Amino acid sequence: MSQVSDPVILGSELTPPVGIRGTSLLRRSLRLWRTRIGVALVGLIVLLAIIGPYVAPYGPSTPVGAPNSTPGGKAVLGTDYLGQDVLSRVLYGGRSILVMAVIATALGLVAGAAIGLVAAYSRNALDDTLMRGMDVLMALPQILLGLVAVAIIGPKAWVIVVAIGLTTAPRIARVARGAAQPVVERDFIAASEAMGVPRWRIVSGELLPNTLGPLTVEASLRLTYSIALIAALAFLGLSPNPNGANWGTMIQQNQLVLPVQPWGAAAPIIVIALLTLGTGLIGDGIARTAAGIDRARGDE
Amino acid sequence: MWGFILRRLLLGIVVLILVSVLVFLATQALPGDPARAILGRSATPQSLAAMRRQLHLDQPVFSQYWTWVTGLLHGDLGTSLEAQEPVSTLLAPKLVNSGVLVALAAVLSIPLSIAIGAWAAFKREKVFDQASSNLLLALAALPEFVVAVVLVILFATTVFHVLPAISTVPPGSRPWNNWLALVLPTVTLVIAVAPYVARIMRASMIEVLESDYVEMARLKGLPERTVLIRHALPNALGPVFQVIALNLAYLAGGIIVIEFVFNYSGIGGAVQEAVINHDLPVVQALAMLIAAVYVILNLLADVATILVTPKLRTRL
Repeated sequence: MSQVSDPVILGSELTPPVGIRGTSLLRRSLRLWRTRIGVALVGLIVLLAIIGPYVAPYGPSTPVGAPNSTPGGKAVLGTDYLGQDVLSRVLYGGRSILVMAVIATALGLVAGAAIGLVAAYSRNALDDTLMRGMDVLMALPQILLGLVAVAIIGPKAWVIVVAIGLTTAPRIARVARGAAQPVVERDFIAASEAMGVPRWRIVSGELLPNTLGPLTVEASLRLTYSIALIAALAFLGLSPNPNGANWGTMIQQNQLVLPVQPWGAAAPIIVIALLTLGTGLIGDGIARTAAGIDRARGDE
Repeated sequence: MWGFILRRLLLGIVVLILVSVLVFLATQALPGDPARAILGRSATPQSLAAMRRQLHLDQPVFSQYWTWVTGLLHGDLGTSLEAQEPVSTLLAPKLVNSGVLVALAAVLSIPLSIAIGAWAAFKREKVFDQASSNLLLALAALPEFVVAVVLVILFATTVFHVLPAISTVPPGSRPWNNWLALVLPTVTLVIAVAPYVARIMRASMIEVLESDYVEMARLKGLPERTVLIRHALPNALGPVFQVIALNLAYLAGGIIVIEFVFNYSGIGGAVQEAVINHDLPVVQALAMLIAAVYVILNLLADVATILVTPKLRTRL
């Protein structure tokens, strides 16, 4: 422990370290090419999903020709197994996946961070109880819990979002707790406690800002998984609207006619692949930047 | 060390008990009527009552749970509502099929990913390292069913026509009777697992290669090959076991989608089918089975990590 009379050391011990805030981490990660390419890919697909329905040549369920016709004529990418325009369905089919994935990830992030930080801060039986509970949730693969929830309550959008969010939470909680544990031992936390700062203010005002780096890295990874999971559930035949345009549903519906008309499945595959590649690249860029920052701090 | 293993074992059992409560609550005691979920809106009051009796829903929640759990422990997994057969008879052949698929994927992906990771660490920042790490990053980002359907387009239906697009295992037949049909599902599983294992292997190997004893081995003038295989590799494997176990456990979930893509008759496809048919006893049994696989794999990973890490072996 440093001498109290030393103002410099006193300062460094009692004020929170200048945490790597989430926003500054994101900005720094943009210096890497992989992050830029990722942002460009995600931006492109998000734009496609948002403006798609306004520029689609046909409605998502309008029959425009014979089933499974190859590209050409009225349908640029051909028609699907029901004679609907593949391009139009791709343009319509992204919104629900994107919205659900973002909400589910946000839900998991908030719940997981809260649980992980409270567990790390409590340092008592509550910590054990919370984390064992998280272990139980993690003993089942995410997709299985999603399927069980859908089997019981039905393939409604909120069920899928809550199921994916709830199963994302324990994975975030682990990271949050791991990142917060060393911070809890720091003197500025003890100082805040001595000053009588309410506990929830310490968790939200002191712990949270100091764990934003690892949480951002994990959140970007989890977003990729959420997109894949929600698309996979639709692919398995479980989406809020079984006949609506949805990239996952499209791949499953047109998989059997691949030999005749590959585009019905290939077009949604390409957009999903570009989207998850994009989020994956962004996540990797953020992780690399965070690792670089950690290393730089360690060398100081 | 035995004390530690015993503790992990007890913890695993506690987790499984809690999972059974969770699965039970989720499938049977949730607000809403499972009998109605199974039978649909057109059910008559009589058929609903009969279904409630069959599911023991007319009994108190705790005794429902007790009946179910004691049944599980005796190997009685209930009766499938769809097939009207005991769940165990229904799932046994599928379990074998999935086991073959996962074992094959594990046997191929583990040495492959360890080799890729180790070589990338050895050739750090060189062409092989950069190419493999970018490729693995891309493969890790793609959802399994996307990888699976892309493989189907490439090798079965559109570009080349060398492999079957469907890998159904007919009843009474064994997966190894039709090797060709196993290729695409196995490759998909390998692609789903290898990136993570390779990445952690690379990181672990880099750490080991920078250590003093590897430096020492090199200074002694040992050939680089010996240094790499005899001195560095075994010590780099420790952290990798955890990731391998996690990924094999992940495969238990991954096969749900992959078996569905290839219409492979395993427990993964059975999960999808049971969910679509609201076959609750089958869903419950499969959820417990997959959770048990997960807990056992994690336990094995912990034990393996201790066995290969001398520091832990002596301390515990």
